[in-house]
Amino acid sequence: MDFQSILFNALNEILSPTTAAYALAAMGLAVHFGYTGLLNFGQAAYMLVGSYSFAIATLSGWSFFAAVGLSIVLSLVLTIVLGIPTLRLRADYLAIVTIGAAEILRYIVTTTGMTEVTGASEGLIGFKGTFESLNPIPEGKYDLGTMVINEYDLWLRIVGWTLVALVALLLFLLMRSPWGRVLKGIREDEDAVRSLGKNVFVLKMQALAIGGVLGSLAGVLFVLPRSVQPGNYATTLTFFIWTILLLGGAATILGPILGAMTFWVILSLTQGVLYGLVESGIIGFITVTQVGQIRFMLVGLLLMLLVIYRPQGVLGNKKEMSFGV
Amino acid sequence: MSKVAKATQASLVGNLNPVPGVKKVDPILIADGVTKRYGGLQAIDVAHVEIPRNAIVALIGPNGAGKTTLFNILTGFETADSGSWSYDGKALNGKAPHLLPKLGMVRTFQLTKVLGLLTVMENMKLAALKQTGERLLASFFPFLWSRQDRALELEATDILRRFKLLEKQADFAAGLSGGQRKLLEMARALMTHPKLIMLDEPMAGVNPALTESLLDHIKNLKQEGMTVLFVEHDVAMVREISDWVIVMAEGKIVAEGLPDQVLKDPAVIDAYLGSHQDSDLGLATGRITLPTGTKSTRSGK
Repeated sequence: MDFQSILFNALNEILSPTTAAYALAAMGLAVHFGYTGLLNFGQAAYMLVGSYSFAIATLSGWSFFAAVGLSIVLSLVLTIVLGIPTLRLRADYLAIVTIGAAEILRYIVTTTGMTEVTGASEGLIGFKGTFESLNPIPEGKYDLGTMVINEYDLWLRIVGWTLVALVALLLFLLMRSPWGRVLKGIREDEDAVRSLGKNVFVLKMQALAIGGVLGSLAGVLFVLPRSVQPGNYATTLTFFIWTILLLGGAATILGPILGAMTFWVILSLTQGVLYGLVESGIIGFITVTQVGQIRFMLVGLLLMLLVIYRPQGVLGNKKEMSFGV
Repeated sequence: MSKVAKATQASLVGNLNPVPGVKKVDPILIADGVTKRYGGLQAIDVAHVEIPRNAIVALIGPNGAGKTTLFNILTGFETADSGSWSYDGKALNGKAPHLLPKLGMVRTFQLTKVLGLLTVMENMKLAALKQTGERLLASFFPFLWSRQDRALELEATDILRRFKLLEKQADFAAGLSGGQRKLLEMARALMTHPKLIMLDEPMAGVNPALTESLLDHIKNLKQEGMTVLFVEHDVAMVREISDWVIVMAEGKIVAEGLPDQVLKDPAVIDAYLGSHQDSDLGLATGRITLPTGTKSTRSGK
């Protein structure tokens, strides 16, 4: 077993653009669940809307910023469609509706009737040009210590993590304000907040919209290092984001970032170690191809253990955020 | 009737005979023909009731009489099947609950609703109205709202000190005792600067040692010019602090008047002490006739 490459591969995940995308989506979910108490089980839907609208707009000739703008606008449309019928109801209904909406959207983009637009099950490629053309970094190889990457991957990491840092700052400002105070109040007891003269519906819509926009931006960031594949937006994506959120701490700003890094490091380490053990014959009862599945079983186990033993996450305050919805 | 009681009555209702639905000199809250059915149960059927301004008014009645439902309807938390009600001359029908505190009307809940995982101070500051920092775009810029927030903190400190909760200000509200939560809920409601404060069972679950101070707080509210409407089961407390008592049974207003009079009413006594448990409600609502030898305030009708 090559322990150095296993370790380096794991470390490389920490700053990968995919980790940044997951962190961003989890921050959106933190706004929904951690701060407002909205049970959104369809964060994958927001990521899907972000990815597809960015890719489709770019492929039809829109500039980078126009395409990102469309992702944001369409995520707001999704918020209105999901929010108006459900936010007046109990929290559980939002969970059911969002999980359903995410699956509906995934089936829509996968149908062969949509092949012209969404590529159906083939997905979409060839939309990176506009982002690439904005890259000020000269062509070449850049050594990060644990890996050597090209100018595109470096540019993507810089943009991705700058965005994550910026969003963390904005959320920090929001959550310490009186607006954030009302949001937390809604999480605790929305009738009490209503009786004190706050328009709970409007605030929940705002929270759903902010978290949704973050999910949509995460969708854009998620596809920049890869192609758009409908299979990526299944409910498992939502559950990974939930795992990340609960791992880091639901009612924290930095929790989702730490959670995303930890999640991907664990995935990479288990993959590397299991793969090594199987290859060197130490574990004989599973094959190399099964390793990929087994590590996701471990994710499921991790999620269960977290909810049972540390519901507040790594960074959370046990008193503030346990599983009391 | 004592001189004082007579004077109070005169200031509240003139010299009218206290019967259900009696007109008050200066009502702050008026409800007309309010009804609400749950399936086959007529939960609320209030023909007319007026709450006098700047008085402490008790709403009493046996369990299931519809007191809390009436509270919920008047504050927009439940919809009525019919009827109209107004606060300070403004119609409230169909108004969402969050609009009422802006008019000066605030309520508390029977099952205390403190915001458990916010601190006591955050609970207080949250309640204040017209906060610039509650607007999404303004919330990003602390210089727009921090001055207001500090002013609210001073005001909240003052109220918390009066309610003996100041040393708890940094604690999560979830860590307070039941009685302290009742106090916090009342203190928090004051942050909205109400003219009418509606307390749903302010004494329920409160330790007797705290009861005295809660009573004083309620009396102070009146002295500060507020109107207090409260639901209560404790007859001793009702007698001690209320200026006017309204009795509900089976969704109807069955008696109202000065505490001394109303609490002597045999129908009301029955409802509370249960000497004729099967007959009292029917007696009060007029479903059955009065037993001979008893006299109800309704007998004048």
